[in-house]
Amino acid sequence: MSTSYRPTHDEDFLGQGSDWSFDDLEYYEREIARIAGEYRLETYPNQIEIITSEQMMDAYSSIGMPVGYSHWSFGKQFLSVEQAYKRGQMGLAYELVINSDPCIAYLMEENTLMMQILVMAHACHGHNSFFKGNYLFRAWTDASAIVDYLVFARRYVSECEERHGVEAVEQLLDACHALQNQGVDRYKRPSPISAEEEARRQQARESYLQQQINTLWSTIPQLRAVDAAQGTDDVLGLHERPRYPSEPQENLLYFIEKNAPLLAPWQREIVRIVRKLAQYFYPQRQTQVMNEGWATFWHYNIMHRLYDEKLINEGVMLEFLQSHTAVVAQPGFDSHWYNGINPYALGFAMFSDIQRICTAPTEEDRAWFPAMAGSDWLDTVHFAMRNFKDESFIQQFLSPKVIRDMKLFALLDDDQDDMMEISAIHDDRGYKRIREALSLQYSLSHREPDIQVWAARIHGDRSLVLRHERTQRRGLEASFSSVMHHLYQLWGFPIVLEVVEAGEVVDTHHWPQNFE
Amino acid sequence: MSYFIDRRSNARHKSAVNRQRFLKRYQKHIKRAVEESVNRRSITDMERGEKISIPGRDISEPVFRHGQGGRRTVVSPGNREFAEGDRIRRPHGGGGGGGSGEGGASSQGEGMDEFAFTLSRDEFLSFIFDGLELPHLERKQLADMEERRPVRAGLSRQGVPARMNIVRSMREAQARRIAMRAPIRRALLEAQKALEEEERKDPVLRHPGRVRELRDEIERLEKRLEAVPFIDTYDLRYNHLTDQPQPSNKAVMFCVMDVSGSMTQNHKDIAKRFFLLLYLFLERDYERVELVFIRHHTSAREVDEEAFFYSRETGGTIVSSALHLLDEIIEARYSPAQWNLYVAQASDGDNWDDDSVQCRQILSDTLMPRLQYYAYVEITPHAHQALWDEYMCVQDRYPERFAMRQIVQAGDIYPVFRELFKSRQSGQEART
Repeated sequence: MSTSYRPTHDEDFLGQGSDWSFDDLEYYEREIARIAGEYRLETYPNQIEIITSEQMMDAYSSIGMPVGYSHWSFGKQFLSVEQAYKRGQMGLAYELVINSDPCIAYLMEENTLMMQILVMAHACHGHNSFFKGNYLFRAWTDASAIVDYLVFARRYVSECEERHGVEAVEQLLDACHALQNQGVDRYKRPSPISAEEEARRQQARESYLQQQINTLWSTIPQLRAVDAAQGTDDVLGLHERPRYPSEPQENLLYFIEKNAPLLAPWQREIVRIVRKLAQYFYPQRQTQVMNEGWATFWHYNIMHRLYDEKLINEGVMLEFLQSHTAVVAQPGFDSHWYNGINPYALGFAMFSDIQRICTAPTEEDRAWFPAMAGSDWLDTVHFAMRNFKDESFIQQFLSPKVIRDMKLFALLDDDQDDMMEISAIHDDRGYKRIREALSLQYSLSHREPDIQVWAARIHGDRSLVLRHERTQRRGLEASFSSVMHHLYQLWGFPIVLEVVEAGEVVDTHHWPQNFE
Repeated sequence: MSYFIDRRSNARHKSAVNRQRFLKRYQKHIKRAVEESVNRRSITDMERGEKISIPGRDISEPVFRHGQGGRRTVVSPGNREFAEGDRIRRPHGGGGGGGSGEGGASSQGEGMDEFAFTLSRDEFLSFIFDGLELPHLERKQLADMEERRPVRAGLSRQGVPARMNIVRSMREAQARRIAMRAPIRRALLEAQKALEEEERKDPVLRHPGRVRELRDEIERLEKRLEAVPFIDTYDLRYNHLTDQPQPSNKAVMFCVMDVSGSMTQNHKDIAKRFFLLLYLFLERDYERVELVFIRHHTSAREVDEEAFFYSRETGGTIVSSALHLLDEIIEARYSPAQWNLYVAQASDGDNWDDDSVQCRQILSDTLMPRLQYYAYVEITPHAHQALWDEYMCVQDRYPERFAMRQIVQAGDIYPVFRELFKSRQSGQEART
C-alpha cells in the first residue's frame, strides 16, 4: 500500500460506507495502534481473524476458545445460540477476543467497515491491554500457554474417549463441570499452566499420585459399629485422629484430584484439566465490569480521535454513535428489557467519570476523591485498570455522580418480612451504602456460595464432609443435590453437606439420601 | 503489532461433534418430541426440520449456587419514585431478580423453562426412522441385474480422445523419449569427444578427412535426436471403462387406496400419512423413488397424486381390480430386475365377498414373488371382514415380506409404521 493511500473526507472513498477490504482493515489497524500507543495501551500482538457468522457461532459455543474438548454441553450451547440467532432474537456479538498471546480476536465478515474499526479498537486494543495489564490476569493466567494447553486438553480427552469410551469420559466431565466453580484457589496463587510441561509431567504424575493415594488410604476402613462403640472403650485413643484435611479446603476439584480414593490416573488428569480451565476463566468472572468498561471507554476515545483526525467521516461516526449508544444502554429495573446491570454501561460510566474527575473536578469530587481530583487522568485510569477487580474497583471509584446518573437504589429483600424495603437511593445518605452493596454484589465470595471440604473420614466410612458457610440465610438452589450426586460419583463414597451459619450446623444433607 | 488471517474458508461446523453428542444424550427426549410432532404435523410438511423443546430441568447443568430466600440487598438502576425507607410488596415469581448483577445469568440457569432448538430435516428424519429398517433391503442378486454402469478399469491403448489420460500419456512419452534418445546421445558424445581430440592435435597432424567425417556424423546425430517425436500415437493412453452389473438403486412405491363411498376424507388423510412416511423412508435408502398411485372402487385407475387423495368417488369395492392393474403396470414399466418394488395398500376393509379370495390368489401367486414388501393397513374401528382373513393367509405364506396392521385413528399411524419396519435385529432382541 502506498503512502498516498490516506482516506480523506472524499465522497468517493468514505461515501461507500459499509464495505471493507483487507487494505482498509490494515490501514485502520495501524492508525488505531498509533492512537492507542499515544494513550499508552500496551498489548499483546494481535492476531485478527476474519470469520463467518457460522464460525462465530462455533466459537461462541466453545466459550470463545479456538480449540476445546468435545462435550455435549457445548453442543447445547451451540444449539441455543443458533436458535436465537436464526429467530433473530439475538445478534451475534460483533467480536470475540481471547486472552492469549498473541491475542486472538475474531471479526465477522458481515460487519460493516465501521463495525470492524470499532471491534479493532474495542477488542484488539481495549480488551487486549486489559488482559496484559490487569493484576488478576497477570497472576492467574498465562496468555502464552493457553492455546497450547487447550490443544493438549483436547488431545488428552479424545485419547481417553478412545481408551475408555465416550460415555465414561462424558460422565466424568459432567461431574467435573458441576464443580468447576469450586475449582479455584481463591487466595493462593496458582502456577501458570504450560502445555509442554503438563505433557512432560503427566506421566510421572500418574504413577506418583496413585502411590500417594494408596498411602493415604492404606488404613482399613472400620465398621460403623466400631465407631459407635468407641466412646466407651477406646482407651488407647485409636479413633481420635486429627481431622483430615487439617484445614478446610476451598478447592473441591483440587481436593478430589489429589485425594479421591478410587479415581484412575486418567480420571484425575481430566479433573485437573477442567480445574485448570476453570482457573483460566476465574479472572474474567471477576472483572466483567472493568474489562468491558475499559474496552468501551477506549473504543469511544479512539473513534473520536479517528474522527477528529478526519480519518473517518460523519456517516461512519454517526453509525458508530448509534451502535455505541446501544451497547451502553442501561434499561431501568422495571423495563421489559432489564436483565441486570449492564457491565458495559456501568464500566463505561465509571471510567469516563474517572476521566472527568481528573480533568474537571467539582466540589463534590474534591471531597470524595481528594487524591484523584485534578490528577493526570491517563495515569489514573491506567492505575485503576491495573490494580483492581470489579469488587474493589466499585468500592474505590464509584462516584456519587455515576450513582445519580444511573439512579441506582438498593433494595433489601428479607424472606422473613413480607414487604421489601428500599434501603438506599441516590442521595447523600445513600451513596456510600449503595457503593458498598454494589461492590458486594460483584464480589465472587458473596455471589457464589462458600462451600469447602471440611473433612474426609479416611479412618471411618470414607465419607466426605462439605461445609456450606451460609450467610444471611441464603440457601442453595435446589440443584445442589445433583451436584452432590456428581461429587459422589467422583469421590466414590457418601457425601455429607453441612450447612453452617454463625458457627452452628443448621442443616445436614446426605447423598445417597438414605445414608446417615 | 498485528496481523490478519482470513479464516472464512476454514471448516465450518466445528461444533458438529458437540451437537451430535448433545442429540445422542437427549435421544429419548427428542424421540418423544419427534413422535408427537409426526402425529401433529400436516401431511405436506415432513420435508422440513422440527423445533424440539426439552424441559429445562432435564437439561440444566447443576452447580452450587444461591437459591431464593434469605436476606439480601440488591442494587438496581433506574429508580424513579422510591425514597429511602419505602416498603413495597414483593412481586410474584421470586424476589430479588438479578442477584448476581450479571447480565445473561438467566440464560443458563433456573430462569429457563424449556430448552428449544431446531433439528435439521435429516436429523428429524433420522429420529423418525431410528431403529427401523427396510425389509429385504438385500439387493437383488447380481445375476438378475440388468442395470449396468460403466466403471473405470485401468488404461488401454485404444479409446476416444475424450477419455485420453493426459498424465499417463505424457509419462509414456517421456519414457519413450529417454529410451530412444539415450543411444543417440551416447554416440553423439563419443563423436564430439573424438572431434575435440582431433582438433586439439597439431594442425599438421590433423586428418582433414577425419574431421569432416566427424562433423558430418555429429550433424547427422543431432538431426536424429531432434527427430525423436515429443509425443507419438504409441504413447497415448486412454481411461478404460467396462460395464459392470449394478445393484438396482431405484425403487418404485405403489400406493393403492380404496376410494369407495365408505372411505371418508379422514380415512384418506390417515392413509396419506402412512404413504408419506413410507415414501420418506424409502427415499433414505434409494437413490430414486418413483410413485405410482392406484385408486379403486369397483374398477381401478392409475391417477396423479392430487386426484388420488382428493377427488371423490362413490360406489362399491372390488380390491382385485387394483391388484390386476398393479400387475399390469409392473409388467409394462417396472421390471423387477431393475426396480425394487414396494406396495402400500390402504383400505377400510370393505370388499365384495367373493372378490377377497381372488385377491389372495393374485397376491400369493403373481405379485408377492416379485415384490420387496407389501404393507397393508386397514383403517377401521370395526371388526375385520373377509379381506383381512384372506390377507392373513398371504401373510402366513410370506411372513417376511407381507405385513398388515389395523389403524383406528391418526395417532396409530406412527406406532404402526414403526412396528412394521422395526429392524429385525432389535425385533429379535425384544423376543429373547
